[in-house]
Amino acid sequence: MNPERLLSLTNRWFSTSVGLTLVIFLSSAICGFLLLPYADADSRFSGIWDAICNAAGFPVKSSATDIIQPEFKISGATLGLAELTSPSPQSIGRGATLAQQCAICHGPEGVSRADAPNLAGQYAQVIYKQLHDFRSGARTNATMGPFAAHMNDRDMIDLAAYYAYLPRIPSSRDSAEVPLIVASGAPTRGIAPCGSCHGTIERKIGSPWLNGQPAAYIEAQLRYFASGARRNDTNQQMRNIARALTDDEIKAVASYYAGTQ
Amino acid sequence: MLNSRRLVLAHFWMAFGGFGLALLLGAWQMFIRSPLAGWIGNPEWYYRSVTAHGTIMGYVFPTLIAMGFGYAITETSLKAPIAGVRWAWAGIALILIGSIMAMIPVSAGLASVLYTFYPPMIGNPFYYIGVVLVVVGSWIWVALMSINLIRWKRANSGKPVPLAMYANVAGSYLWGWTAVGAALELILQIIPVAVGLRSTIDAGLARIFFSWTLHAIVYFWLIPTYIAYYTIVPRAIGGKLYSDSMARISFVLFLVVAMPIGIHHTFADPMVGAGFKFVHSVFTAIVALPTLLTVFTICASVEIASRLRGGRGPFGWLVALPWNNPTMLAVTFSFIMLGFGGAGGLINMSYQLDASIHNTQWITGHFHLIFGGAIVIMYFVIAYDLWPHLTGRNLANLSLMRLQLWLWFIGMIVTTFPWHYVGILGMPRRMAYYDYTHPAIADQALPVILSATGGLILVVSAALFFVILIRGHLSEKADPGEYRFSVAVHPPQRVPVALNSHGLWVGLMIALTATNYGFPILQLAVRSDTSVPAVYVGVK
Repeated sequence: MNPERLLSLTNRWFSTSVGLTLVIFLSSAICGFLLLPYADADSRFSGIWDAICNAAGFPVKSSATDIIQPEFKISGATLGLAELTSPSPQSIGRGATLAQQCAICHGPEGVSRADAPNLAGQYAQVIYKQLHDFRSGARTNATMGPFAAHMNDRDMIDLAAYYAYLPRIPSSRDSAEVPLIVASGAPTRGIAPCGSCHGTIERKIGSPWLNGQPAAYIEAQLRYFASGARRNDTNQQMRNIARALTDDEIKAVASYYAGTQ
Repeated sequence: MLNSRRLVLAHFWMAFGGFGLALLLGAWQMFIRSPLAGWIGNPEWYYRSVTAHGTIMGYVFPTLIAMGFGYAITETSLKAPIAGVRWAWAGIALILIGSIMAMIPVSAGLASVLYTFYPPMIGNPFYYIGVVLVVVGSWIWVALMSINLIRWKRANSGKPVPLAMYANVAGSYLWGWTAVGAALELILQIIPVAVGLRSTIDAGLARIFFSWTLHAIVYFWLIPTYIAYYTIVPRAIGGKLYSDSMARISFVLFLVVAMPIGIHHTFADPMVGAGFKFVHSVFTAIVALPTLLTVFTICASVEIASRLRGGRGPFGWLVALPWNNPTMLAVTFSFIMLGFGGAGGLINMSYQLDASIHNTQWITGHFHLIFGGAIVIMYFVIAYDLWPHLTGRNLANLSLMRLQLWLWFIGMIVTTFPWHYVGILGMPRRMAYYDYTHPAIADQALPVILSATGGLILVVSAALFFVILIRGHLSEKADPGEYRFSVAVHPPQRVPVALNSHGLWVGLMIALTATNYGFPILQLAVRSDTSVPAVYVGVK
């Protein structure tokens, strides 16, 4: 057996390696937790302990009172309601009755002849959210505002259920070429593909089905988002995208979805 | 010939087979993202391919090389049959099962989360379970290396452990401990969410666990290469190892300082305090030390070989080196790539400099240059050196080997240098599509085309590599004699117990893990407000 004892301070390998490790760790810790935090010109520490805690990564609590309130209404619609995904036949029936007042613009079967959105087959969450936003003022429209003002939550859910129940208009598009902005977006400008939320590639809850919508309507909404006239996209996703779209892209998207391309 | 040749060959062929497939995927990825190809239309295909490429190249390929080489080292350096051969077969079987189990959901597009997992993205549970099986299979190897060394030490009390085995076991301990980070992430965090037991995950904590594995894993990939530097290169070029002790010190330094440095991967992340980032940065700087020691020792060993061949003068000895020898060529290429890669690494580990290249193609260039270049080219050498002893046949065509190594070197430089460059220009990594018509990135088109060309050169080189190995199985039978490792100028008669055992260094490794990782992990683990909803991938 080797008589040399490893774990002993008399063993130079042991004392040197452990000693060096300690020196390196302690000196780097003193640098990282004391010297460097104080070297920061903006540091406002109440003491050494405060500096150490900060460098260790304890989050600084910010005051809950100084949240800046926006000067406009934010959408408050909740899209997770079970009644929106599996409506009762009664709900659809009530919605059909209520929908008679919508028919003059949106068509008796949810297909518009007035460049208003086609509602037939639209996702229930989408219709519910837009009605909710018209009522709260998060989305403003001279025609829709007064209609929504008199609706209660029940009416909105029923209308959403009825329109979601109607069959979509069949696609008139003959496998036309998909504009690049719809299929791939524009990564350099931070624009996600339209199809990644609005169907065909992927669908995100709350995003409308766009196929077959009137070109004039889509174009107008994109311009409202770009100018900030419409801002009920809670996370600014549509405002950010619309601002970055070129005029040609807006037209291409609108005519592609309208099926007129 | 080796008794365990079937075991070693099984590891090498499985490793290189996977490597060949993953390399093709890599070349395809480079091509379809370059201006040479049109947009594939669906980014999911790209991420699916990257996941397979990374999983095979990161987890399966180098692990199998380290294992196969480890078994060969055990038998040849300890001069005794391997204890626990059945367990060794069980280990490789687990890796095979795990790899297939992981690749099925990846191929089906159900786990396109990349090999770094990236929670809160969550894929099919079989992908993660497959990766866990691969790790468990490799832990069997870790245990077997340790058991074989202990048996040998009992029978050879007081004798110096052969350098190759000492280094091999150091590498196995490093892997045994560093794999724990990803294992904890998978078992405690990701798999419970993937099988539906939970729907939220602490992504920040998961990233810290992964950094525990992700940096030291590189040194685990590196260890077979360093073993080849020290124990194959001097012998293969007709020289001697300059210093046996220096070699041992390098390997134990890797054991100690490879682990407590991984948080430099999360410099841009908010969940770790700046103090810990600084400490990790300091230790990352220290990990250059064993590499500098190695470069010095190997250059000195190579000079010895040259002087033995009549090389003269302060630089004239470079001419007298056996440049026709593929090993000489490979170690030169490896050092050049290690030099550039290491210099790039110094930028990555600097808290401030990292900000300019974080998450850009620079990083992709960096780790391909180090791993795909400096490390893998020595894996080729290991295969060339061992093959006659595994097959009992000659591996005679040296010019083909030289061509293969040249192509790999050129291919890797052409691939990675433009990547570094576009990274500095700001090209982000992990993206499926770049619009090169946009003026902001139009000037990146040319370097990206160059880089994709490098990928094709690498494919040609790999094809040659397979031709050489397969021809090695078909050539004439020849007795390769006993497998030998390099001999040191002063062969060790007696080694200090610290450099003849691993206990002290494993102890320091675990202690530094506790000091450098303990608080950041505990802080997030005990907080209740750090989890986010999982984002399920591949679910319609």
